[in-house]
Amino acid sequence: MDETISKEKIVEMDEIARKVRRHIIQMIYEAGSGHPGGSLSAADVIVSLYFGMMNHKPEDPKWPDRDRFVLSKGHAAPALYGCLAESGYFPIEELKTFRRIGSRLQGHPDMRKTPGVEASTGSEGQGLSMGLGMALAGKLDRKPYTVYVMVGDGENDCGQIWEAAMAASFFKTDNLIAIIDRNMLQLDGPTHKVMSIEPLADKWRAFGWNVLEANGHNIGELLDALNKAKQTKGMPSIIIAHTIKGKGVSFMEGAVGFHGKVPSEEQYKKAMIELGEGTA
Amino acid sequence: MNKTHWDVEPQRPAFSRALVALGNTRKDVVVASADLSSSCGTAAFAQEFPERHYNFGIAEQNMISACAGLATTGKVVFASSFAIFCTGRVYDQIRQSVCYPRLNVKIVATHAGITVGGDGATHQMIEDLALMRALPNMTVVVPADAPETEKAILAAADYDGPVYIRLGRANVPVCTTGKDCQDFEIGKSTLMRDGDDVTLVGTGIMVAKCLEAAEELAKHQVSARVINLSTIKPLDEKILVKAARETGCMVTAEEHSVVMGMGAAVALVLVENAHVPMKRVGIPDSFGESGEPEELMEKYGLTVDNIVDGAHDVIKRRGR
Ligand SMILES: Cc1ncc(C[n+]2csc(CCOP(=O)(O)OP(=O)(O)O)c2C)c(N)n1
Repeated sequence: MDETISKEKIVEMDEIARKVRRHIIQMIYEAGSGHPGGSLSAADVIVSLYFGMMNHKPEDPKWPDRDRFVLSKGHAAPALYGCLAESGYFPIEELKTFRRIGSRLQGHPDMRKTPGVEASTGSEGQGLSMGLGMALAGKLDRKPYTVYVMVGDGENDCGQIWEAAMAASFFKTDNLIAIIDRNMLQLDGPTHKVMSIEPLADKWRAFGWNVLEANGHNIGELLDALNKAKQTKGMPSIIIAHTIKGKGVSFMEGAVGFHGKVPSEEQYKKAMIELGEGTA
Repeated sequence: MNKTHWDVEPQRPAFSRALVALGNTRKDVVVASADLSSSCGTAAFAQEFPERHYNFGIAEQNMISACAGLATTGKVVFASSFAIFCTGRVYDQIRQSVCYPRLNVKIVATHAGITVGGDGATHQMIEDLALMRALPNMTVVVPADAPETEKAILAAADYDGPVYIRLGRANVPVCTTGKDCQDFEIGKSTLMRDGDDVTLVGTGIMVAKCLEAAEELAKHQVSARVINLSTIKPLDEKILVKAARETGCMVTAEEHSVVMGMGAAVALVLVENAHVPMKRVGIPDSFGESGEPEELMEKYGLTVDNIVDGAHDVIKRRGR
């Protein structure tokens, strides 16, 4: 896509991100279960990818040359579903079926059920390896596509992440770009209290990756970093996206308690107002 | 035991209470979590005994092998996570570092089975019994309800060797309050209700369903025996063979895949010792999906009706 993105385009994407956030809250509230915190923190990154970076065709989800996005932290499925619906992969109405029996929108992403979902994830730590496989195939077949993988910061605890990290730099998959949702929290608490992953940038550099950092809620900065990553040759890139868990809903921001908790009716209404319900 | 309207209670708080009790009475008990202490029920122990609790983060393989290391020094180690993350994902670590050297690591798997609900197939562990019972030196326990959970945890601490304990997420009927259920012993099952026409063997949350099915069958003048098979390995072969011989047919019920679960284990015992018509009630050979627990139980064939139909079927096949 065009590398110099206009201000208007960014304003437009910010608006889409707000819509996606409303979808997230609504889906989880209606389903009565799900993970709001990590979905809200991931929303701007995923919107940047689908609306500002990726070469994809919602009307032809299996187009072989498409760029791919793997949500390794699969519990943020609502953010992905919101983006896919806004992109036109399936009707926005269908978001209401999230987590219901018989639905195409499973609690965690299912590549066999949902158009646009590239990998079945939910067990943390496996998505980067799956993305690596897609990137290796892209190299083998001389395909032009790029593979993007979003990894949680807590997910960096998983040993398999580092197996993939080592292999990706060894195989020089510069068509693989990872984004860490660095929201400083995991399930049991702050990452530095549960299992410290710092110095994170140095670790990834030591594993042979080109490391970039960006404000994960600033779409302009994200696109900048993503474009730099895309231009880097000979090695995979990773963007540490600094985010806030629960971003956009005041009482969910930075709150461990909203990792996997459903808002009450009152909280739901408040969240929807904060996210600009009725304005667009 | 004719009552079929029990109080309901989740199993995890019982696990949590038992761990804290053990922490108080035994200094050799240590506990490990993998970023799920708040969900699994190990957080209370961590609060009380922070120096004896290790949170390994989202790193289950490391957790299991480190638990093995702790156990080599004489510790009795309880490791807990969701069943999906502490069985298949760590199968090799359990096999090589826990079971082969026969170490005192007790794996307490919560959120097992399809009743996990909304999280969907990626989180519904329905083949853990198959995996765990295949392992030499492993003991596999599936408590029926909260009180039995507490007893099983305490028993596991005293038991020498690796133990796998399977717990659910949802509320379960408290059905093991009867006099026959008081003495819990690993490897021993409980006769919950006597009967002559058919035997219903349940494990975990399906024990209460078997008792309900027995009530239902009684209305049709069918007298059903109900066994709570709380240990899947080693199997209480004696009670199974006796029941098969005396009632002449059997139905098993488990919230697990019918492929190599409890029913399959029982079938092998019957084939070799008391060949009678048998029916396995369980999840067909498929993955689950998102949905409400009760909806999923219905869709995947885990209802009282499924057990009753199974009973009629085996009685017909026995032809008596
Ligand atoms: C292997 C594995 N272990 C445990 C879990 C349960 N779990 C779901 S989300 C989560 C915490 C995730 O933290 P992070 O990756 O930082 O995601 P975020 O905080 O952005 O939601 C855990 C432990 C899991 N999904 N997979």
